[in-house]
Amino acid sequence: MNDLAKGRATSSTTGTANHAPVSTLPKAPTGINGLDEITFGGFPRGRPTLVCGGPGCGKTLLAMEFLVHGAMRYGEPGVYVTFEESEEELAQNVRSLGFDVETLVADGKLAFDYVHVDPREIEETGEYDLEGLFVRLALAIEAVGARRVVLDTIEALFGGFTNMALLRSELRRLFRWLKERELTVVITGERGGGTLTRQGLEEYVSDCVILLDHRVTDQVSTRRLRVVKYRGTSHGTNEYPFLIDVDGITVLPVTSAGLDHRVSDERVSTGIARLDAMLGGGGFYRGSSILVSGTAGSGKSTIAAHFADATCRHGERCLVLAFEESRGQIVRNMRSVGIDLSAHLASGLLTIEASRPSLYGLEMHLAQIHRRVGQLRPSSVVIDPISNLGINTVDTSAMLLRLIDYLKSEGITALFVSLTAGGRALEATEFGVSSLIDTWLVLRDIEAGGERNRGLYVIKSRGMHHSNQIREFVISSNGIELLDVYVGPDGVLTGSLRSSQEARERAAASAREQEQQQRQRELATRRAVLEAQIKALQHEASTLDAEIGHESVRYASATDTIERERQAAARRRGGEESE
Amino acid sequence: MSIEGANDTGSGPDDGGLATPDQHWELRLYTAGHTPKSVRAFNNLKRICEEHMPGRYQIEVIDLMRNPRLAKEDQIVAIPTVVRKLPQPLRKIIGDLSDTERTLVGLQLRSRSP
Repeated sequence: MNDLAKGRATSSTTGTANHAPVSTLPKAPTGINGLDEITFGGFPRGRPTLVCGGPGCGKTLLAMEFLVHGAMRYGEPGVYVTFEESEEELAQNVRSLGFDVETLVADGKLAFDYVHVDPREIEETGEYDLEGLFVRLALAIEAVGARRVVLDTIEALFGGFTNMALLRSELRRLFRWLKERELTVVITGERGGGTLTRQGLEEYVSDCVILLDHRVTDQVSTRRLRVVKYRGTSHGTNEYPFLIDVDGITVLPVTSAGLDHRVSDERVSTGIARLDAMLGGGGFYRGSSILVSGTAGSGKSTIAAHFADATCRHGERCLVLAFEESRGQIVRNMRSVGIDLSAHLASGLLTIEASRPSLYGLEMHLAQIHRRVGQLRPSSVVIDPISNLGINTVDTSAMLLRLIDYLKSEGITALFVSLTAGGRALEATEFGVSSLIDTWLVLRDIEAGGERNRGLYVIKSRGMHHSNQIREFVISSNGIELLDVYVGPDGVLTGSLRSSQEARERAAASAREQEQQQRQRELATRRAVLEAQIKALQHEASTLDAEIGHESVRYASATDTIERERQAAARRRGGEESE
Repeated sequence: MSIEGANDTGSGPDDGGLATPDQHWELRLYTAGHTPKSVRAFNNLKRICEEHMPGRYQIEVIDLMRNPRLAKEDQIVAIPTVVRKLPQPLRKIIGDLSDTERTLVGLQLRSRSP
């Protein structure tokens, strides 16, 4: 790790300045996309580098790029010594790749020499040496003031001469001669059975060996590059895929999983409000990796389209890499569910790149993704789907890991769509990438009540509270809508079961309401009855009060009468009282 | 330099014995400086010519140290190299010509099988 960090530090100095500090190995930048990153600065300056590989693996192109970039970008003229193709053939071959070598030759920045050795017209008759080659090299080097030399491929000499011992000693002399002149040299060599090169050129070039490989698996060709050896400096040791296109060679310099990417607290919307709510309220973290997996027709692409739409609505760039549908098809299909992507395409925020997955191998796809991401600098990338990119072996899934890692390190939010094969466990680790995935949404079909409905849940979402529910969703003309959750005795209710549950609940509610009203009415009646009774009793009470009044009056008058009668009687008896 | 300018045209009469008796030979010897190898090559070449085509040959010695451009033009890699310009077709014989048998084969003065 420490060494790696050191390597990076030196590469940054050698990359810009042509002469590195004394303590580090000086390097000559190749100018080839990605290769300088892998080698931390380029090829060893003033030393030979062997580039080997089978026929058609891109040796000549790599060597040519090294020279052309040297001449055009780094002020280092070069000499190209070709042993197999004539200068005209060579110029023609690389012109299709955008290198105008004729102009460079005319400007005195590049010199060619076609060294042709035909054994049929040569007879060896005693002692000789290869001074002629030295003379020619010296002349060409002097003519342009070359700092770089390519010998492509010097092995052809082995076919022209029979005295191998002499040839080998002359080659040794040649490399010494080149080193003395501090020329940065690229030697190409054809790969032999069991050895790096047929003639064992690696014996002479001990500083840096690059191996190119071009293999065809399942009728799909992939190119790979590996730094077999780089004496005195650290370098990436993996096999790196590379592609050859109109821009020449591009090597994918994806470094193996470094875990030092910037982490963002910022959230980006999924484009579906209720899904945002399921993810703790905000959506995905910016720069995180999202996997949306599910069976066929479960709505994965629509979720992806929502996300792309949300990114563009936010005024940010989004790159969609489609491997199943064409651009027109995607736009039409998404319009039918209310997602209008054409406006974003027109504004340039959205880029949809559609290609057949079988067109190239995974490496090539990844290399292209890498390059497109580098060109567009999008804030989010959608890959739909990753499952048919031919990820079936350990090393291809390692490639995918590197891509995910690259996107993470660039702070790009990446959404991968993955088709789960029917019958497989939905949670089965997808290509071993789940460890790099931050948020994993699973879409599944829920079959119940003779229907197939769509459900969505969050398997995991790092660093945020997230819903543990399986949510049903429908794809309507407004896109994806997450519905309310109805949990029945057998789990979540979906589709018509949910509808009937809703109906039942509505019926129950209205029944309850009626009951309530009835009860209220009953109570009101009872209260009314009570009030009537109270009134009656009050009336009775007041009647009694009146009676009480009459009674006392009657009593008083009666008493009075009795007294008067008694007095009257007493008077009638006369003196009885005085007795 | 002893071999320099040794543009030597044989003057002896045609004494026959060869398949192409009246053929004129034009040979070029490429060297790089004055080295023992190139001196040996010149002496050997001259001897063979005198033996097999007296008076009908011309040897031009080209020092690539002086005319480096000719190395590219005439596709010279090994030194010394003798190029048979005439008679056609062009042949190249490399080495110091110490192997007379092979030199004769190379010059097509003798067939390959002994």
